[in-house]
Amino acid sequence: MLANYFPILLFIVVGLGVGAVAVSVGKVLAPHKPYDDKLAPYECGFEAFEDSRMKFDVRYYLVAILFIIFDLEIAFLFPWAIVLDEIGAFGFWAMMGFLAVLVVGFIYEWKKGALEWE
Amino acid sequence: MNFASLNAAAARAEIFLAVAACAILLLGVYGDQARRAARCYGLSLVALVIAALLNGLDFSAANGSAFNHMFIADPMAKLLKIAICVLSAAAFVYGRQYNRHRGIFESEYYVLGLFAVTGMLVMASANHLLTLYLGLELMSLCLYAMIAYYRDDRLATEAAMKYFVLGALASSMLLYGMSLLYGFTGSLQLSVISSVLTADAATAAQPQAAIALAVVFIVVALAFKLGVAPFHMWVPDVYHGAPTSTTAFLSAAPKIAAFAITMRLIVGGLNALPDIWQQMLILLALLSVAIGNIIAIAQRNLKRMLAYSTVAHMGFFLFGIASGNAPGYSAALFYVLIYALMGLGAFGVILMLARPEYEADQLADLKGLSKRNPWLAFLLLLLMLSMAGLPPTVGFFAKLAVIHALVQSGLLWVAVLAVLLAVIGAFYYLRVIKLVYFDQPPSADPATAAQTTTTITEGDIAVSPAAILLLSCNVLAIIALLPWIHYLIAICNEVIRRFAV
Repeated sequence: MLANYFPILLFIVVGLGVGAVAVSVGKVLAPHKPYDDKLAPYECGFEAFEDSRMKFDVRYYLVAILFIIFDLEIAFLFPWAIVLDEIGAFGFWAMMGFLAVLVVGFIYEWKKGALEWE
Repeated sequence: MNFASLNAAAARAEIFLAVAACAILLLGVYGDQARRAARCYGLSLVALVIAALLNGLDFSAANGSAFNHMFIADPMAKLLKIAICVLSAAAFVYGRQYNRHRGIFESEYYVLGLFAVTGMLVMASANHLLTLYLGLELMSLCLYAMIAYYRDDRLATEAAMKYFVLGALASSMLLYGMSLLYGFTGSLQLSVISSVLTADAATAAQPQAAIALAVVFIVVALAFKLGVAPFHMWVPDVYHGAPTSTTAFLSAAPKIAAFAITMRLIVGGLNALPDIWQQMLILLALLSVAIGNIIAIAQRNLKRMLAYSTVAHMGFFLFGIASGNAPGYSAALFYVLIYALMGLGAFGVILMLARPEYEADQLADLKGLSKRNPWLAFLLLLLMLSMAGLPPTVGFFAKLAVIHALVQSGLLWVAVLAVLLAVIGAFYYLRVIKLVYFDQPPSADPATAAQTTTTITEGDIAVSPAAILLLSCNVLAIIALLPWIHYLIAICNEVIRRFAV
């Protein structure tokens, strides 16, 4: 019973090993010349330390959410396209149903003006 | 795999409603700007009525299943779905004027409502842990948005946030319990889980304590979703903070859907382990009836008071399931249907009393209502008598059926406690009647006082006669159903007898 879990244990060990090796090799071999800007924590598009009650542009989030939807769509479409000849008409129309739902959402957001930046 | 093997016709009401919701979403962004919301509102009502009819037309047909037994269409599912569709449509009608006053009469509100109803219908028919979770999440996500819809209101935002965080917590507990159950039985399908557990119980193959862990997680998650003590803390805040139109929607159909998943999971999937869940359900039910009824006494806000009353009522219907026999399940089904009717009626009355800038949600607002609005006062009287469980109403028979089932299963001490706690509850229901009929109205009518501060014309303020008529039918059903009460109970018994495991 427990032997069945051996691949998972192996996976954890290899995962930890790869992570540890990558960090330690970089530490040992890479040139090490720190300065303030390099050491500052990185946060996309914002100052790392400031008042948290600041204004941010809600449009970034809108774009991010819309991106995720279509990103997921692509993630589904690739494996579907690979096995399309095996899953036949049923697989084709099942994906068309999924795309139809996404298209409804797409038309809605377009008409609502969510895609217009200004 | 082909289309015929899916047998999707068994799920035609859900498919219709999902397609209709998509179509209404698109109609909401095309055409005349001013009339979009009203059109979507009307079409939503039509869609709900058609979905109810699709379930009602073959009500007594043999049990069917779809999508490789992930979805099941038995009479219980159909009965619950008809109730969910009809009560949701009624909630939309009651909330229409309220939403218009608060600027949230928009097509999206009704589309969210339709998707929530679709989720509830899926929950009612779930025969697979994934279907059940899919329906639950579809309903919950729509409800979070409907609560937050009045987004300029601080309380509504807070309520939505609380509901979201606690709902996510409950969902994660449910998933954890489900994953443990899958580990023990090797299947996600409720009928297979049930048969594996039954076989295991006969041979004592699995350690009971380990399965009990899975049952604990599932029962706790269901308790969160039902809003029974001690997992009820979100109920008063959500009922109070949400726009009253959403509260009315929340108080009826989701309770029926929560009953459905409780039946599917506990009675359908875990029927081999009554020793484990029966004690938990009895404890939860007793705590809810006690805490709900006692804390409701201290409330000054009508919506909060009704929220605690919901906690108590949910506890009462859990007694039916906790009794662990067919009469108990039948009584629980009857109770939850009657409660949904009463809860919707009560919030409907608040919606009819509300005006622009005036919520009518304080108990003090009800003082002398009988002189200002005798008809609504009378409807409120009937509702309160029925919720308290006094004899000339169906509320009495619902409580009677549950207590009868408890006594039949030998849980006499629980039955005695249930009756005593119900008597405590009668106090705050009767206090509402006292306020409405025996207290002097305030010198200035708060509704008219609020009207003078706004510039809305009289035509906008008037509640539509259709909504009043529907509310009257809803509330009068509490009395009018009495001659057919045996027939209704017989339907519930028959539905439970044919409950598909």
